[in-house]
Amino acid sequence: MSRSRFSLVRIAALVGLVLLLGACSLIGIDDAPLTTFEPKGPFAERIDNLFWPVFWIATGIFVLVEGAILVAVFLFRDRHQAKEAKQLHGSPKLEVLWTVIPALILAGVAVPTTAAVFDLTECGTDAIEIQVIGHQWWFEYHYPDADITTANVMVIPAGEEVCARMTSDDVIHNFWIPALNGKRYLIPGQTTELRLEAYEPGEYWGHCAEFCGLSHSLMRARVVALDPSAYQAWLEAQQEGAPVPEEGTPEWDGYQVFQNKGCTQCHTVRFEDDSMSLVVAEGAFNGPELTHFASRGVFAGAILPEEGQDREDALGQWLADPPNTKPGSFMPNLALTQQEIDDLIAWLESNE
Amino acid sequence: MTATAERPTTTIFRRPSSTTGLWSWLTTVDHKRIGIMYGYAAFSFFLIGGLEALLLRIQLSQANAEFLTAGAYNALFTMHGTTMIFLFVMPASAAFMNYLLPLLIGARDVAFPRLNALSWWIFVFGAIFLYSTFFFGTSLAPVGVDGIGGIDGNLAAGGGPGTFNFLADSPDGGWFGYQPNAGPLYSAGTAMDYWALGLQIVGLASLVSSVNFVVTVLNMRAKGMRLLRMPVFAWMTTVTSFLLLFSLPIIAVALFMVTFDRQFGSLFFAATNGGDPILWQHLFWLFGHPEVYILILPAMGIVSEILPTFSRKPLFGYSAVVFAGAAIAFLGFGVWAHHMFSSGITPVAQAAFGLATMTIAIPTGIKIFNWLGTMWMGRIRLTTAMLFAIGFVAMFTIGGLSGVTHAVVPSDWQQTDTYYIVAHFHYVIFGGAIFGLFGGMYYWFPKLTGRLMNEKLGKTHFWLMLLGFNLTFAPMHWLGLQGMVRRTWKYAPETGLEPWNVAVTIGAFIIALSILVFIYNWFTSRRRGQESGLDPWDARTVEWMVPNPTPEYNFAVPPVVGSLDHFWHLKYDQDAEGRAVRKPDGDEIVARIEYEQLNPAEPIHLPNPSYFPVLVALGLPIMFYGIIYHETLWGKALIAVGAIITLGSLIGWGMEPLEEPHHVEHEDHDQVGEASFDG
Repeated sequence: MSRSRFSLVRIAALVGLVLLLGACSLIGIDDAPLTTFEPKGPFAERIDNLFWPVFWIATGIFVLVEGAILVAVFLFRDRHQAKEAKQLHGSPKLEVLWTVIPALILAGVAVPTTAAVFDLTECGTDAIEIQVIGHQWWFEYHYPDADITTANVMVIPAGEEVCARMTSDDVIHNFWIPALNGKRYLIPGQTTELRLEAYEPGEYWGHCAEFCGLSHSLMRARVVALDPSAYQAWLEAQQEGAPVPEEGTPEWDGYQVFQNKGCTQCHTVRFEDDSMSLVVAEGAFNGPELTHFASRGVFAGAILPEEGQDREDALGQWLADPPNTKPGSFMPNLALTQQEIDDLIAWLESNE
Repeated sequence: MTATAERPTTTIFRRPSSTTGLWSWLTTVDHKRIGIMYGYAAFSFFLIGGLEALLLRIQLSQANAEFLTAGAYNALFTMHGTTMIFLFVMPASAAFMNYLLPLLIGARDVAFPRLNALSWWIFVFGAIFLYSTFFFGTSLAPVGVDGIGGIDGNLAAGGGPGTFNFLADSPDGGWFGYQPNAGPLYSAGTAMDYWALGLQIVGLASLVSSVNFVVTVLNMRAKGMRLLRMPVFAWMTTVTSFLLLFSLPIIAVALFMVTFDRQFGSLFFAATNGGDPILWQHLFWLFGHPEVYILILPAMGIVSEILPTFSRKPLFGYSAVVFAGAAIAFLGFGVWAHHMFSSGITPVAQAAFGLATMTIAIPTGIKIFNWLGTMWMGRIRLTTAMLFAIGFVAMFTIGGLSGVTHAVVPSDWQQTDTYYIVAHFHYVIFGGAIFGLFGGMYYWFPKLTGRLMNEKLGKTHFWLMLLGFNLTFAPMHWLGLQGMVRRTWKYAPETGLEPWNVAVTIGAFIIALSILVFIYNWFTSRRRGQESGLDPWDARTVEWMVPNPTPEYNFAVPPVVGSLDHFWHLKYDQDAEGRAVRKPDGDEIVARIEYEQLNPAEPIHLPNPSYFPVLVALGLPIMFYGIIYHETLWGKALIAVGAIITLGSLIGWGMEPLEEPHHVEHEDHDQVGEASFDG
């Protein structure tokens, strides 16, 4: 192959690759629910608007530099010509030019960047506060105004700003809902804040983004945005306790298993009759509160049920051997019988 | 400079004298041999780190795969990062700096040959200590402050679905060891102690080297070799040494603090009682950011040597390239918290570090544009070394551009802790530093062996590696922004991340294939490669003025340097247009140089070998094993034994005679004689 054709092939291949990768950006949020390319709220959108111009500037510089390399290799290839190269040592003019121009470009990028940092960091004064507590390996949500505690699914009102005030019970975690905003650490012993807002009702996926131990990859998050009236209804329903099951039903049997197998050491359940509530002591090690377990679409750190998996099958899989699904899980394998598992499922699924 | 010691010599302190065989390698203080040993060790760790990566990639090639257990996965990514950074790129750069620095400045050795050997032995013992964790380390399940309700503590970590679980009993807190996850409560067991103390030892090796190189450059340049006539690689070695000098103490302090937290009950990084987990991150990155410039600057130096040689014109903007390197190093100390933009630091801090990070792009750009200027209007010969150097510029540019996007702070809140970052640093470390190192291996192979590496195999290596590398790391930009977090054992199929993960894994295996080609080329070329002669590349700098392979004494006649690119100017004049014109007696000049260097007129004394560097170094891992097991009696005994060996050997080092009659036998020459600099 002659040299010029070979270079053209390489250039064509490069262009083709870029176009292919660009075409991938057409994949929407349904195919990639954790994508950052489909902002669904004002904060993520502001970030997106900052990213793209910088990306295109970077692409321009990429084309220039890589192009210069290819052109140089093609034009100035040693062809055993009679004359050697001119022994140029440099050019002060060029040095100044390629110092000043990048500096100006960067200054241009720095201004909107700095503005966005300040605008996006502090929560708005009217924001609804939701506390996020990170645990190995699930997120706990506490709504201080309504005094309710839930887990794995964070329900928020659509179209309103939420201020997530966050900390951790153990190691550093990182709360990330890509469609709504960037991510922020959850640090034990400290409080951080993250602004969240969804334009529309919907489901927005998230993930823990700081390595936090064995099941870091299985510590996921789900935000469900409801329109404001539905959100109010949800809050009110959550504030009620769970119904005490009727004796003799499978739900009752499951409730007995729950008490007899030591589950109450870690899991709080509040009942309509508060005197019956099973509450883990303040400050003690805890697992998710199960009062309204059945109202949550996902569980076990938002990893179950898997896509296409039946919810009860998933629950059965979990209860049978938690550490096998989630290595290192502090919920042990209690060697439950199938009957005990079925009864527990019946009771848990009745706690809507 | 003669200092004939008149001290009584006893049998204990007589210096060893072998020049061949294993004992000669154990006691060598010759910078070239030390460089070669560094090189082979570093490359071995490259292969181990690469194997670790391939195992990770197999696990990630399928959503919800269970090829590895979670514990094995966490240990493998921890050791992959630790190995590649501390046991491959840094010592590989050290290999080049050791072998070449004296040659580049016209010297016969470094300022402190025994210190040089010490650095090597500390490194090798530290690396073995670190890797012994796979045999001795334990990794236990977290034990909470008040125990985990109803569950016994001290369960083994790992377990659950998957295979290779035996690997889980190794450091698994990440190469960055964030607290408190990698601390006493959440990484109980000894594995992370091996990590912390192993890094402590290898860090010391680099620190010792850096002192040596700075003193060498300041004191041992040949006559006429002014600082601004030094080859750029010598400059980058100097700048890197200053970076090491100022950043290693910070990580040493941090590692001491975390060892105290883990072993002796302190609370530096605890979440309660006044400790601060974020303090670890500040200390780590105060070292960690200069560290990345330590990783890249030597390779930038290599590229700055290769491009001019194969463009047949000077490095464009030599002073600018040198000063830009120094500027990068200086600015590199001011940007550490750009690794912490999501950590809850104030907006003022975020804006400040974002701006500082953007600033580093400027000297980096200066270097890239000057490299382009070097090639522009040259007479480019695409040898394998040149391909890797050009590949460096192309790939490093991509990594540098993604780095600029990280400086856009709110955008970094989306990018950080995702595969977008993994893409960035692999483009700069692999596409940058490692491509540069491979270029250097092809370029300077003749100096080690007197032969050329096979060009056909070299080009196969290059193109396969370029293809595999881009197939592995380009999709990661996409994967990260599509939501793939880092350090993730599994991902769900609904996330849409699987197809590109498959491509990435295929790319990784192509890289592995290309490395096999390189290894084959290296070993066959050593034995049967075409002989290179003195000046196979028609090069520009003084290290090509000595015969290949390099004689033990480097220069029989140290050069008297008249300018930058001194060797080129001995061979070439310039015509009215500024074009190089070979001198009519150019070939004669080169032949005469070769003859002179092969036939020294006077006796040459070389620094004597010594066995004290090995001994001083040996005490360190022994002591550190003792620290890990300090609660036992034998652990305490090990601490004492290790300390006695190290301290005793330091005394021996100081007391051994400067010189003994020592025959330098090489080929036809037998030289015994006067002292030169010895340390």
